[in-house]
Amino acid sequence: MSFDVPDDLRYLESHEWVRVAGDTAEVGITAFAQDELGDVVFVELPEEGAELTAGEDFGVVESIKAVSDVYAPVSGTVTAVNDRLRDEPELLNEDPFGDGWMLKVAVTEESEIDDLLSPDAYRGQIE
Amino acid sequence: MTLRAPPLSAVHQRADASFTDFGGWEMPVEFESIRTEHEAVRSEAGKFDVSHMGQITVAGPDAATLTQRLTTNDVTVLDPGEAQYGAITDEDGIMLDDTVVYRLPDSATDEFLFIPNAGHDGEMTERWLSERDERGLDATVTNRTEEYAMIAVQGPDAPDLLAAQTDVSLAGLSRFEVANGSVAGVDSLIARTGYTGEPGFEILCPPDGAETVWGALECQPCGLGARDTLRLEMGFLLSGQEFHPVDEPRTPYEAGIGWTVKLDTEFVGRDALEGVAADGPEEKLIGIELIDRGVPRHGYDVTTPDGEPIGHITSGTMSPTLEAPIALAYVPAAYAEPGTSVRVVVRGEPKKARTRSTPFLDR
Repeated sequence: MSFDVPDDLRYLESHEWVRVAGDTAEVGITAFAQDELGDVVFVELPEEGAELTAGEDFGVVESIKAVSDVYAPVSGTVTAVNDRLRDEPELLNEDPFGDGWMLKVAVTEESEIDDLLSPDAYRGQIE
Repeated sequence: MTLRAPPLSAVHQRADASFTDFGGWEMPVEFESIRTEHEAVRSEAGKFDVSHMGQITVAGPDAATLTQRLTTNDVTVLDPGEAQYGAITDEDGIMLDDTVVYRLPDSATDEFLFIPNAGHDGEMTERWLSERDERGLDATVTNRTEEYAMIAVQGPDAPDLLAAQTDVSLAGLSRFEVANGSVAGVDSLIARTGYTGEPGFEILCPPDGAETVWGALECQPCGLGARDTLRLEMGFLLSGQEFHPVDEPRTPYEAGIGWTVKLDTEFVGRDALEGVAADGPEEKLIGIELIDRGVPRHGYDVTTPDGEPIGHITSGTMSPTLEAPIALAYVPAAYAEPGTSVRVVVRGEPKKARTRSTPFLDR
């Protein structure tokens, strides 16, 4: 099976994606990740204002069968949280790169973005 | 170690199932999605490859005596073509396994078949053989796990689906009855049993007929993932989780299946269980539903509202039917009353929960 890997995003080996716009990074999990997890039933996210550190876990995604930590691709301050995931965790399955976004982060270390995987590198990892 | 594979392994691979190691068997865990498969069984029908379950036959003049000695229920009440659920306990009354015992229909000699859990077939065969030899009983014990495929078809539409493929009158087959018959032309043993709470059947057939039977039952293929959420909604025990001789040593009374223990029969563990029955078990398996958000999982602590540890979760999930977090847990008898306020510790956070009776679902 081949999974969507949008060309305008950057990726982490642990299957998070980042959409960079100026100094803001939108974060979610990839189509591959949601398929591995199966039916998502619960998402635990930090609150607005929380500080993230690149590489550290910031939340949890639970499917019927598994619990999975989610890792911060970049360091920064959380400026927005997708509250819809509270009542509609299935958005992570249905639209992982769109309505299933998790957080927006004000990036403090722009150089960290350069360390993220390119779409091609991530495609290589999940093939 | 090499995993044992069910006869339908290649069929499942072609269906793009994902697999898991279960009791030493490489079994399909998911075909479509757990939720899709679960909902199919609750609303229509689903089929499960349960060939990982063991099959052991006990035949001969002392077959009933031997099986009576090693299971908690009373096998002497079974007529040919009837089955019963029971536990297999050690001298201390601790559950080694749970099983369905069938007294086979149309058998010239007295013959029993019992179904131990995945990976327990070797150990249980040994147990029956050594008890037989110790007591000098006349019975032939045969591990037939490799001679059978086992396919379950479960759900409200299961009786119609199977009726279209068999010469057995299913209307005449009550719950826990078993008949010889053909399914899609394959000689089979058809039992009205299951592990989902829905109407349904379990079909035992030769491995080379498994693909024919599987293909003829046209409904959603389901993996072990959905099998687990379905049984958990019914509060059914899973070997290795709700009981395990080392990791979770429990008596049938603690596990909530005291009704399978017939103290007026002679079996290994009886004397120990008589004491438990008189005093009542110190701990009991109960249902729990979370009030706060979160998903209870195997191993999570259960505490009082004040944070005093009182037990642990043995199985838990987000119930696809109820859309609510549910679990089974052992707690002291004093906390087992339905409606007792407790906490389930999810990643260090105590979540509000209450005890409740099982099944979680009316069926």
